[in-house]
Amino acid sequence: MTERFILIPGRTSKQGCGVSEGKFDRVYQQEITTLQVAPADMKRMGLANGDRVRVTTESGRQIDVAVTAATGDELPPGLLFIAYGDLSSRLMDGETHGSGMPTSKGLDVTMEKLS
Amino acid sequence: MATPPITKPIESPATVITDATCTFCGCVCDDIDITVKDNHITDAKRACVLGKSWFYGHAADDRPDCLIEGQPASVAEGVERAARILTEARYPIVYGLSDTTSEAQRVAVAIGDAIAGTVDTTTSVCHGPSGMAFQGVGEVTCTLGEVANRGDLIIFWGGNPAESHPRHFSKYSLMPKGMFVPNGRKDRTAVGVDVRKTKTAKAMDLFFQIKPRSDFEALWTLRALAKSVEVDPEQVKRDTGIELSRWQDLMDRMKAAKFGVILFGMGLTMTRGKHLNSEALLSLARDMNAFTRFVVKPMRGHGNVTGADNVVTWQTGYPFGVNMSRGYPRFNPGEYTTSDTLARGEADAALLVACDPMANFSQPARERLQSIPYIALDPKETPTTRSAAVAFTTATYGINTPGTVYRMDDVPIYLRPALSSTHPTDLEVLSAIHRRVTELKK
Repeated sequence: MTERFILIPGRTSKQGCGVSEGKFDRVYQQEITTLQVAPADMKRMGLANGDRVRVTTESGRQIDVAVTAATGDELPPGLLFIAYGDLSSRLMDGETHGSGMPTSKGLDVTMEKLS
Repeated sequence: MATPPITKPIESPATVITDATCTFCGCVCDDIDITVKDNHITDAKRACVLGKSWFYGHAADDRPDCLIEGQPASVAEGVERAARILTEARYPIVYGLSDTTSEAQRVAVAIGDAIAGTVDTTTSVCHGPSGMAFQGVGEVTCTLGEVANRGDLIIFWGGNPAESHPRHFSKYSLMPKGMFVPNGRKDRTAVGVDVRKTKTAKAMDLFFQIKPRSDFEALWTLRALAKSVEVDPEQVKRDTGIELSRWQDLMDRMKAAKFGVILFGMGLTMTRGKHLNSEALLSLARDMNAFTRFVVKPMRGHGNVTGADNVVTWQTGYPFGVNMSRGYPRFNPGEYTTSDTLARGEADAALLVACDPMANFSQPARERLQSIPYIALDPKETPTTRSAAVAFTTATYGINTPGTVYRMDDVPIYLRPALSSTHPTDLEVLSAIHRRVTELKK
């Protein structure tokens, strides 16, 4: 099952601490390689914490990533969140539309459960 | 039989550095008491979770001072190789600079000038679009001291300081008991606008969970309401996800405030619309001054990214994305910004100071960077230092080295280092590279 979502990468405390503790350490790597999904979306798509999904942007950029249910009502259904890092950046296009800034929040993506 | 002597390890006394400065984020908290024992930081009083990681996580790295193509080398050899790379390139770029002292930033700009290169900072992928908007609209600004002492309506738009700037609420914006807000939090109304119900949202009195990518529409709705322009309630609800009556209530509160403050994050600058989103927000703050006092400030991430903006502006007239190939500075975001010069395959050498584009840039930009020779300065090992032609391990600013940083409200703060380091400082390495490129360019 493939569904459309909007992805918002952003900062988290754990990601920030991981920058100081070392980018190759476990805490940082785990934080930037986990996609948060609204609990209702997890249920509808039959996802459990730790399941892997494929996220694809409109321009075809793609990552495979583990999911976890977002805390409480932090994410509305239809919205995904991932901490800034290597994976989130892989989904950005090189184009900045004359601003110097690639569009890196509010990305249209599809998400598909990997078996 | 003689009793063996009892030996005790000799313990050195702990030293406390009072009012040390944390340079992890743009809050630049300068009230941290650092306890140092045996050249290790054992306590960082008053630091937040990010600050504690910053102080505890920056014990001197035991990597060599310099690596050339991954092999240990002397700093002098590294400087020579770096200078050759930069002077032999046709389109060299200098990038990063937001996590180093302003003294080092100044020398980095001088190198960019000497090599007729392009100077850009991490601002271009942070609040660069806001920097463009400042030039179009201006910034009705103030210090965080004024926010703490006067602000009675605080709006956080498109940011999550509860996670990214944990002490902002308690030190500057929500909790402080100030001259005109003597009861602290009780005298303030806190408003959040975001697409996610974050920890910040939960600390607010009012929260507007807008539709993703509708900041521009929401801001223009408020601009219209400020000027009593009639708007279509159905369209407002459809565009922003919020009832017009709630926006009207917010506008009434904004007009009734004595000192309104808007603090905004990268929810605006990184989302479609970018500088136009920031421009709408800056315009709203400006418009509000027809009714009451209102200010607006971007929430800045890195410890001295504000210093980078200041220094590059003093020296070139522009805050980031500055090209000096013609012998005078030219500013053009989208043309001279690093994401673009790399993704388009234009840059053919780079000097990267305290930044990690190999982890944070788009794939086309990373692929280009991987294919060109570059120099990286960083206290820590990162994906960027691993692929560098020349990698310098440098001392950590604020922990090992003194110097100046700029808080997110453009207030300069002098650093009080806690530990010595065996590694050279960014300033020392950059000064040596500057001397050598100047000689080679003669």
